[in-house]
Amino acid sequence: MKIDIKKLAKLANIPLKKDEEEKLEKQLEETLKYIESLNKIDTSKTSETNEVTDLKNVFREDIVERSFTQEEALKNAKHTYNGFFVVKAVLSEEMTS
Amino acid sequence: MELHDLTITQTKKALLDREISAVELTKLYIERIKSLDEKFNSFVTTTFDKALELAREADNKITQGMNLPLLGMPLAIKDNFCTQEIRTTASSFVLEDFIPTYNSTVAQKLFDAGIVLLGKTNMDAWAHGSSTETSDFGSTKNPWDLTRLPGGSSGGSAAAVASDEVLAAIGSETAGSVRGPASWCGIVGLKPTYGRVSRFGVVAMGSSLDSPGPMTKTVEDAALLLEVLAGKDPKDATTSDHPVKKYSQGLKDKKMMTIGISDEYFENAEKEIGEKVNEAIKLLEKLGHKIKKIKLFNPKYAIDVYTILMRSEVSSNLARYDGIRYGFGRDRFGEEAKRRIMLGTYTLSSGYYDAYYKKAQKVRTLIIEDFKNAFKEVDVIIGPTLPSVAPKIGSTANNPMFGEMADILVEPSSIAGLCGINMPVGFDSQSLPVGMQIIGNQFAEETILNLAYQYEKETQFWREKPKIK
Repeated sequence: MKIDIKKLAKLANIPLKKDEEEKLEKQLEETLKYIESLNKIDTSKTSETNEVTDLKNVFREDIVERSFTQEEALKNAKHTYNGFFVVKAVLSEEMTS
Repeated sequence: MELHDLTITQTKKALLDREISAVELTKLYIERIKSLDEKFNSFVTTTFDKALELAREADNKITQGMNLPLLGMPLAIKDNFCTQEIRTTASSFVLEDFIPTYNSTVAQKLFDAGIVLLGKTNMDAWAHGSSTETSDFGSTKNPWDLTRLPGGSSGGSAAAVASDEVLAAIGSETAGSVRGPASWCGIVGLKPTYGRVSRFGVVAMGSSLDSPGPMTKTVEDAALLLEVLAGKDPKDATTSDHPVKKYSQGLKDKKMMTIGISDEYFENAEKEIGEKVNEAIKLLEKLGHKIKKIKLFNPKYAIDVYTILMRSEVSSNLARYDGIRYGFGRDRFGEEAKRRIMLGTYTLSSGYYDAYYKKAQKVRTLIIEDFKNAFKEVDVIIGPTLPSVAPKIGSTANNPMFGEMADILVEPSSIAGLCGINMPVGFDSQSLPVGMQIIGNQFAEETILNLAYQYEKETQFWREKPKIK
């Protein structure tokens, strides 16, 4: 199994150094090889489990309750402006090229 | 007997009988942590001022004749449970300065029950690992041998309990993170059924698996803590409304059980571990329990299923750490987190989702059905908790799947959402603790606690303490 490590790092939004790329690529391929043995198990007649205790459709009333104040919500943010979170520009040259 | 040797039940009696005040008791534990924790590194953050404040409140309540389930009990909580106004890092530099503005449900329930919080315990960063070596704050050391690993990810909680730095601690398990370190540190560790204890406010790892649980000296203490922690939480839709039992009262009457034993679990463990667990099974047989051989799904496949499910869910859960609303940026993720996020991103990505995640969820169904069939014939299943005793620090390097491989024997039951408890069963030839696990059906906590209690009454291994040099 060949992994495109650069593409994967971009999807995962993980900045990697060159030596990390090489090491991770090797380790991920090793891991994928290891878990290949699952294919030996026939699951053609089995459906997947998404919740183990068989809960179905958990609903609740949609009631507005007191939550965080603006001050509390922003307390841990490194950069704020006029009561907002400051984020980096999402659109850039790199994305459009 | 020293005060720090006492259990929750005994300590609480001493408090209510006014033999000692909560403040005196808290100061005693604070002194212990100050003098010992340099050796173990069990704590990421200590909260001594807060502890003394809570202890003074507890003393006032005792004076007023009030009683609460854990009034004045000095405890520690793993550092992946959000605690209001108390730093919560999950042992990662990404969250190095994160101070939550709210309590996790588990922390809230403990404070409401009257605990005195001594601090937040060390763990594998993001709970990724089975050794605490991936902690950005340095590995915890095993109190039984400082050159060895305590296990993980709840290694700080396990070491703190084993060395009597705290009366009890809270851990969380995705697959092995409570039972595993409890086994290597020689204490009781209870992994409740998935959905028995709320995950709200816990730094998430594998959301379809994560189960908070108590780590204690004795079975009774574990039962007392579970009574406080268990129950439906509107803030966690996966919690169950299955009734919460009076687990501590369910211990006293000796229930006779059929115990299932599966060879596969022993074949995957070292010989000496298997022998110790077999001694324990013989003892239970002598007490009148019936032993029955059963055949379970080969636990080897559980490694594959667990690796895919957990890493996929990790990649999804850790996507939220962007350093914008809290914490630092994604460049601060350690090697293990990167490895898990990257693999999980791959197994969830378009074109591979069916082959990996969906396939693993199907095999998960087979594992669940396998246990369902087993529990038609037996009340509990017993096997070794981990395949080996605590290895040397550093011995896990260069194994990109160390955690998943070490936890082979606890993964199947975690995948099926079952409950399980680690019980100390003595020591190997190097005087290191060995643990067995008693696995129960979903919501059968009362059953496994009952059997564990019967075993503990006969053996009393919890009275053995590490000789701390």
